[in-house]
Amino acid sequence: MPLTLASTLVQQAHASLNPASPQVRLVDRLGTAMFVTAAVVCLLVFAALLWAALRRRSGAEPVAGGRQERPMKTAVLLATGVTTVILFVFLIFDVSVGRSITTNPGNDALQIRVTGHQWWWEVQYRDSLPKNWATTANEIHVPVGRPVVFELRSTDVIHSFWPPNLSPKRDQIPGNENSLWFQADSAGVYRGQCAEFCGHQHAKMAFLVVAEPADQFEGWLARQRDTAQTPTDSRARRGKDVFMSASCVMCHAISGTSAGSRIGPDLTHLASRRTLAAGTLPNTRENLTGWIVDPQAIKPGVKMPPNQLSGPELLALVAYLETLK
Amino acid sequence: MTAIPADPARPTDDESVRRQLDETWRQTPGLWGWLTSVDHKSIGKRYIVTAMVFFVLGGLEAGVMRAQLARPENSVLGPDAYNQFFTMHGMTMMFLFAVPVMTAVGLYLVPLMIGARNVAFPRLNAYGYWVYLAGGLFLYISFFLNTGPDTGWFSYVPLAGPEFSPGKRVDVYAQSITFTEIAALVAAVELIVTIFKNRAPGMTLNRMPLFVWAMLVQAFMVLFAMPWVATVTQLLAMDRLVATHFFNPAEGGDALLWQHLFWFFGHPEVYIILTPGLGFVSMIVATFTRRPVYGYPAMVLSLLSVGFLSFGLWVHHMFATGLPQLGQSFFTAASMMITIPSGIQIFCWIATIWAGRPRFGVPFLFVLGFVVIFVIGGVTGVMVASVAFDQQVHDSYFVVAHFHYVLIGGAVFPLLGAFYYWFPKITGRMLSERLGRWNFWLLFVGVNLTFFPMHQLGLEGMPRRVYTYLAGTGWGPLNLLATIGAVLVVVGVLLFVINVAVSLRRGALAGDDPWGADTLEWATSSPPPPYNFAHIPVVEGRAPLWEQPGELPAVSGLRTDVRDVLVTTLLDARPDSLHRHPPPTIWPLLTAIATTILFVTLIFTPWGAVIGTPLLLLTLLGWGWPHGRDHQEQRMVEQTG
Repeated sequence: MPLTLASTLVQQAHASLNPASPQVRLVDRLGTAMFVTAAVVCLLVFAALLWAALRRRSGAEPVAGGRQERPMKTAVLLATGVTTVILFVFLIFDVSVGRSITTNPGNDALQIRVTGHQWWWEVQYRDSLPKNWATTANEIHVPVGRPVVFELRSTDVIHSFWPPNLSPKRDQIPGNENSLWFQADSAGVYRGQCAEFCGHQHAKMAFLVVAEPADQFEGWLARQRDTAQTPTDSRARRGKDVFMSASCVMCHAISGTSAGSRIGPDLTHLASRRTLAAGTLPNTRENLTGWIVDPQAIKPGVKMPPNQLSGPELLALVAYLETLK
Repeated sequence: MTAIPADPARPTDDESVRRQLDETWRQTPGLWGWLTSVDHKSIGKRYIVTAMVFFVLGGLEAGVMRAQLARPENSVLGPDAYNQFFTMHGMTMMFLFAVPVMTAVGLYLVPLMIGARNVAFPRLNAYGYWVYLAGGLFLYISFFLNTGPDTGWFSYVPLAGPEFSPGKRVDVYAQSITFTEIAALVAAVELIVTIFKNRAPGMTLNRMPLFVWAMLVQAFMVLFAMPWVATVTQLLAMDRLVATHFFNPAEGGDALLWQHLFWFFGHPEVYIILTPGLGFVSMIVATFTRRPVYGYPAMVLSLLSVGFLSFGLWVHHMFATGLPQLGQSFFTAASMMITIPSGIQIFCWIATIWAGRPRFGVPFLFVLGFVVIFVIGGVTGVMVASVAFDQQVHDSYFVVAHFHYVLIGGAVFPLLGAFYYWFPKITGRMLSERLGRWNFWLLFVGVNLTFFPMHQLGLEGMPRRVYTYLAGTGWGPLNLLATIGAVLVVVGVLLFVINVAVSLRRGALAGDDPWGADTLEWATSSPPPPYNFAHIPVVEGRAPLWEQPGELPAVSGLRTDVRDVLVTTLLDARPDSLHRHPPPTIWPLLTAIATTILFVTLIFTPWGAVIGTPLLLLTLLGWGWPHGRDHQEQRMVEQTG
């Protein structure tokens, strides 16, 4: 049974993939076993119903009680017994799968804090040294073959973290801390989406999980820890001034600059991300420009206001944002 | 045989008995009579019609949502409208259609099935209907004023709390639930007392029709489940109106508390909707196979255990919230266990069909459709009872598919079957069989086409409650298929409405017992007279009309010039006393209006309580004002012979 779907916005392609982590593989096996049993049960019941309704009958009038009811009693008892046995097997199977996917991930695990916001994901790689912290949004990179523990939080309403190929979902509830862990089996880009209704743009609150080999991942993480480069060309420098003087700076942070607000996504390495607006648009110059001018047209209700910038200002701002690799 | 002290005013011949009974029990003519009626049939009919109107409205909302989802990034509805639509669809179907319509059919049929003249508390019955109507109008007027609730029928906090949902939309949600819960609770009380105390002599508990058992179980479930949702929505209203912090984690409240309280109601709710449907199926199966349903004790015990178990399942709605695993496993076990009594009933029906001589009338077709759809919903229910599997498909379209199979299969198909089955009794005319078959097949194909693809969409990762999806997800084709199915459903329902409209005027005349059925409601005329039965029957078995062909033995000696009803004992239905019923009265309507004023003003200001409560007390005073003429006379019945 194709339990999961990996289809990235970047590739714009539908690809029904197999589970990409041991966790989802186990759940998939449980789901397949239950699905096959369920299908057989359905077919047996339908066959019994059709036969009971359409079978040829002898002339005698039906009477309640007596000899006629003996086979009925046997059949009902047998069916009930079989049902009970199937349910017991499922129960045991379920508990054992549940135990396997919630085992201790071990000390080697990578810790990532994912905070749900209306309607985007804040992703933070923590370290014992705060200067090594890296913050990004909507795109989670993980190393292949190493357990990753997700610390799941929310600061506004309830969200639910669900990358279907990699892990069953877990709610992010304000005031409660939740966690889950998985281990990506193979490199790839996997899509995930918020699964708990969280208001206007619940539909456009997606994220990508990029699983890559360990060395590649370490390189990516090192770049994410860097502060933003000061732009060299003049247009980008003007763009930075636009950023700092327009409303952008009220909500967004760019490390290494005076922009430090945490209301919206951290933009320090915006240009390195594959998508914009929480997995809604591929990260291209046109999309970025359109998003800045009128985010409400793309995600009605989103917290980001439309921005009235002159043509040159807008071009400069986009040029600056494109340097944030 | 029982007799009651002789009364000089009692006429003896049948014709004048009927005339006098009619004079005693009929409602006042005209609009005033309609407003003051306390007849369970009159109220039951308007209850059913109102609920069906809401069914059509809820269906139209679903149709618009399916149009929006037919292709990726469609623009039929924006997120703001879509969120109102899916919330209204859920609330309408749960609170304004499914529970009320089942209750309504119960209020209409139960007194007829147990040989009573009316429900036990006729004025309360009228009050319940008016409050329900007011709640429905309140919700829909708000919706048309763009103040429709938009946080889902489950309205999780903190999203539904004051910080994230300012404005009045969520207050409308909370308060319209209060209306419908009051209506459901009073109906439950009436049904329980009617079933326990007003059964015809001889109808011991173990001779009650299975539908009456189903309604009894349903009424008890309502009694224990509904207070929770009424409470939890009032806590939410207080959080919003007077700044309490029950659900605010920042001030020591708890967001999960809402979910526990809501689902402690919300899961039994599903079985509250389902149980009467199981009752319909039992009645139709018996009549259309021309034999009693096999395994009466097993059927009754199954209904009872479904009632009990349904209160132990609520956490399976919360498997993704991170509760401890051992605790969750308990709820997995309970959720799986409830399959057993449901399964036993299915097996007993199949055995009955096997042993009987089925006639494939439209009601029976709906029963066959019910078994197919309900079993599919049942097996996916077992799948989502598993914690590990549920954490994968929870809040995805897989769950949408699952519960529509359960509710459409378990409630709508039996209900439509029941409509075709009892329409002749209620109106005196048959529904068209030909339109009925079209109606059935369109719905059967349409429902499967709409909801089966949703299983796959859920497995492919499509979450619920999304107003749109991106083309790159690949969910477009299956969504389009689902929308095509929805078109068939709409046409099917339209045919049903046409069938009702045409048959009301031109349907074949039904006669007392068009199906050759076995229960008491078929012993009286179609439609039944205001007093239901000229002579209260005496019951000697489970299938009185089959076991006692010809004239049923009857209670003699009841007065016909006053509204006397016979009260019988709880277990054995031995005549116990007489109860004088009230005449038509306007006070239930006035009390309902005062209730409405109280509830509606309360969403704007706490002073609403100060305005509304005295009004309510005043109307209750009017309601309970003693009149010499309906002085409650209780007399003990003498047992003779």
